[in-house]
Amino acid sequence: MEDFSAKFVSQKISKTRWRPVPAAALQPPELFATGSWDNEENKISVWSVGDFGSLGPNGEYQGEPQLLCDIRHHGDVMDMQFFDQERIVAASSTGSVTIFRHHQNNQTLSVNQRWERAHYHVDPDTPFYGGASCTGVICNNPEIVTVGEDGRINLFRADHREAVRTIENADSSTLHAVTFLRTTEILTVNSIGQLKIWDFRQQRNEPSQIFSLTGDRIPLHCVDRHPNQQHIVATGGQDGMLSIWDVRQGSMPVSLLNAHEAEMWEVHFHPSNPDHLFTCSEDGSLWHWDTSTDVSEKPSFFHQGGRSTTLLSHTANQSVISAWLSNNPTKDRMEITNLVPNQTLSVNSLDVLGPCLVCGTDAEAIYVNRHLFA
Amino acid sequence: MEELDVEPPLTLIPGVDSNRKQMCFAWGPGEMLVYETLFPKEHAEKRPGCPNIFIVRKDQDVYSQTLRKLFNESHGIFIGLQRSEEELAGKSRKAQLVRVSKNYRSVIRACMEEMHQLAISTRDPELHCQHSTQVSILSAMELIWNLCEILFVEVAPAGHLLLHLLDWVRLHVCDVDSMVREVLSCEYPSKHKDFWNAVDIFVLQGRMDDARHLLSKEASANPTSMGMCKILDDLMKKMPILTIGNTQTLTEMELKWQHWHEECQRYLQDGTFASNPHMESICKILLGDENAILEKKELMTTWYHFLVTRLVYSHPTVKPVELRFYAQSSMDLFLGGESSPEPLDSILMAAFEFEIHQVIKECSIALSNWWFVAHLTDLLDHCKLLQSHNLYFGSNMREFLLLEYASGLFSHHSLWQLGVDYFDHCPEYGKVYLELHIERIPLNTEQKALKVLRICEQRQMHEQVRSICKIMAMKAVRNNRLGSALSWSIRAKDAAFATLISDRFLKDYCERGSFSDLDLIDNLGPSMLLSDRLTFLGKYREFHRLYGEKRFSEAAKLLLMLMTARIAPCSFWMTLLIDALPLLEQKEVIFSAEQTYELMRCLEDLTAGKTDNQKFQVDDFEITKVEILRLALARNLARAIVKEGTLEGS
Repeated sequence: MEDFSAKFVSQKISKTRWRPVPAAALQPPELFATGSWDNEENKISVWSVGDFGSLGPNGEYQGEPQLLCDIRHHGDVMDMQFFDQERIVAASSTGSVTIFRHHQNNQTLSVNQRWERAHYHVDPDTPFYGGASCTGVICNNPEIVTVGEDGRINLFRADHREAVRTIENADSSTLHAVTFLRTTEILTVNSIGQLKIWDFRQQRNEPSQIFSLTGDRIPLHCVDRHPNQQHIVATGGQDGMLSIWDVRQGSMPVSLLNAHEAEMWEVHFHPSNPDHLFTCSEDGSLWHWDTSTDVSEKPSFFHQGGRSTTLLSHTANQSVISAWLSNNPTKDRMEITNLVPNQTLSVNSLDVLGPCLVCGTDAEAIYVNRHLFA
Repeated sequence: MEELDVEPPLTLIPGVDSNRKQMCFAWGPGEMLVYETLFPKEHAEKRPGCPNIFIVRKDQDVYSQTLRKLFNESHGIFIGLQRSEEELAGKSRKAQLVRVSKNYRSVIRACMEEMHQLAISTRDPELHCQHSTQVSILSAMELIWNLCEILFVEVAPAGHLLLHLLDWVRLHVCDVDSMVREVLSCEYPSKHKDFWNAVDIFVLQGRMDDARHLLSKEASANPTSMGMCKILDDLMKKMPILTIGNTQTLTEMELKWQHWHEECQRYLQDGTFASNPHMESICKILLGDENAILEKKELMTTWYHFLVTRLVYSHPTVKPVELRFYAQSSMDLFLGGESSPEPLDSILMAAFEFEIHQVIKECSIALSNWWFVAHLTDLLDHCKLLQSHNLYFGSNMREFLLLEYASGLFSHHSLWQLGVDYFDHCPEYGKVYLELHIERIPLNTEQKALKVLRICEQRQMHEQVRSICKIMAMKAVRNNRLGSALSWSIRAKDAAFATLISDRFLKDYCERGSFSDLDLIDNLGPSMLLSDRLTFLGKYREFHRLYGEKRFSEAAKLLLMLMTARIAPCSFWMTLLIDALPLLEQKEVIFSAEQTYELMRCLEDLTAGKTDNQKFQVDDFEITKVEILRLALARNLARAIVKEGTLEGS
């Protein structure tokens, strides 16, 4: 927590994302992008936490994030994702989806492509189409899936002017977030507390499965899938509850964990250490959920992203069943730590990659931690 | 800083010609709307008017990018202070408050640094001017805050007081370092034209070691004056100073100082330094000779520097209460009647006189933004220094200032979130102000509405919760997002709206013959109980599902229950009865005799309910429907009676 430096940036941050590092590279990420909201002029900015700044006491590089470039964005940045090393997709509150290109040589951003009316409301009385906020975007090069307040799901392909597929009226309520389950299947969560699986291979405009909680229909705000075990899905709700689902079985969550005191805005499994989960919330806290038990108990390869799970013998596989699916995760010594010092206003967004974590708050501050597992 | 204006400043509105047409205005929470009316002034020609409405804002600071960081960081410090433990008493509490004060100051400094960078890097002269002005305002703010910290928060006692004041002066007044660097970088420092100025300023600021270091350069360069330098050096070394942590008592210190003072006096009277006027004047300064110190006016640049130097060399053990006399006389001597005191001077004077209210009042007048006075007053209030000075409209000064500051934040499109926390910590009027302000925040997206709702819910502002949910639900209904509308009414527990939404669904069903948004209706869950109509909708859909799954007896039971338990609205009974028709016409008997009687009763209730005036308007279709129903019911009754009367088997 000592390395958690705050930088005040004069704009409320709605999304922060690390630029993905090339698969073969071993170094930690150096660049991240942020999107702002609630400003008269919103911006997408690219920052660097590279090797600027002086050496710290232990010899590690310390330094504040430096602004490399920014570009004006129409409407609030509702969601943002890196499409590839150079392109960023941003979802806007005006209903448009834009791809920005980051030019490394002269450190500028420019608009690469824009779908103006990705999401809109139709008013039967007047011919006027009002823009509806696009609330979630997810990419899997070359495809982009967006969802919005109009209950519409769009499948775009970069460089195609029109949407490849649109599911009209996919949901009667607002879709809050979307993520890929498999290459052709997506997961969405909505404001009446339902988790739906959509299969693009099917032509009908119906979800292939619907999951929901039995109790009150608390809206769900975020969703993320376990990086290796694709049946494990985590969602966060308006009451701050973290739910873990197994999409192979049942229509109810496997475990419900009382987490935050207010809306949970984002949930992320760590991409290479999936025993670690991160959630951030309107109540101003960012929690790190650590279910990894002692290294001596678990085989060490589990921490390396489980690439060698296929080499496991069957019996060993049973013992490394994810701690997320066990009925009582707290029994397995799950450690939960709050990473934000002095919480005041909402932490709107977080992203983890390697040993680095970045998050943005409504107090107009960005926090970067480059030594998560130290 | 702004002076108290007698003439208010004139602001021209571009595009509006006030010579030809009359202007009109309306007050807003933090700004003004101005527009041109249709009414021409006398003798003015007809011309097309200006079609624009202008928003005139007084507080520009809130829109400055750099100052936003100040607002945000200080918000964090403010919240930390409010939440900090009150139980800590005495020294630890004081240390905590000093820490908070230093935090505020470091935030001001950081902001100043950044503004300074902006000023030097910009090429636009107007921007440069603007930024430089801002830098000087911020630096004045830090100066005042630092002094208030020393006098009011730290409450340094005699002895330590002077040390703090010395630090204050060294930090803020006149830029010594660049001059000294220049002198030292020269090959023969003692020949530099500013050499003696440098030595003088070190002595004036009580920096004896630095002065001695420079003096040694003179001694090595000029052997003839080596003797004098040595004596002066010796005097400087022996000057008694009270260091923090030193266990000397004040009386001991005073004795030593008296001793030392007499020694300096002796050297001066002996004429030791007569041959070198520079060193003689330094010796006079060491003796606290006011005229000698006054001669170095340009080096000191301000009267408060003069004050501190005077005190160092004549009354090092000055008590806080004695400061005011020295301050007043210093200012008079320094300004010498040539210039009148500026606003900054009167603020500092008020501080030296320990008139806290005066300080705050003058700062409020001089500064354009409430930020400074609000935070300073809050800190001083935590030091328990402000008596409950009740203003005639009911709240105390701290609350008044915080309310003004927070209201200013609410007029900003983005900083309103900070304002909420400030209102929270105003015990008397905070809640009311918050209620009024929060309803006026524009809700462009659902996410923003959710944040505002969370704020209201956390503070039990139920009225506002209901009204915001209703606004969002109405918007959703207009956009045909019935699921969103339902989720908003669930959040507000608004039964009336849920009824409205269910009516919409039922209307859609009647018009189209099928339900829209099945994913919503099928999965209502416990929220179905929010309103009767919604329950009916859910159950009706369940009836359709059961029918689709061919579970006819359960479907029949459900249908009957809907009518007899009066869950269904009267307008829908006909539809329900028509829905019962296929069940009545099935090959096997689904409705029992009892149930058939019930259905018949319902039909009779329905037709009897149609009064005489309606009989004229009943069309053939209606009559046919009723007749078909009656026939089907009768046939079913017959079959049911037969079936029930028959013995099983045999």
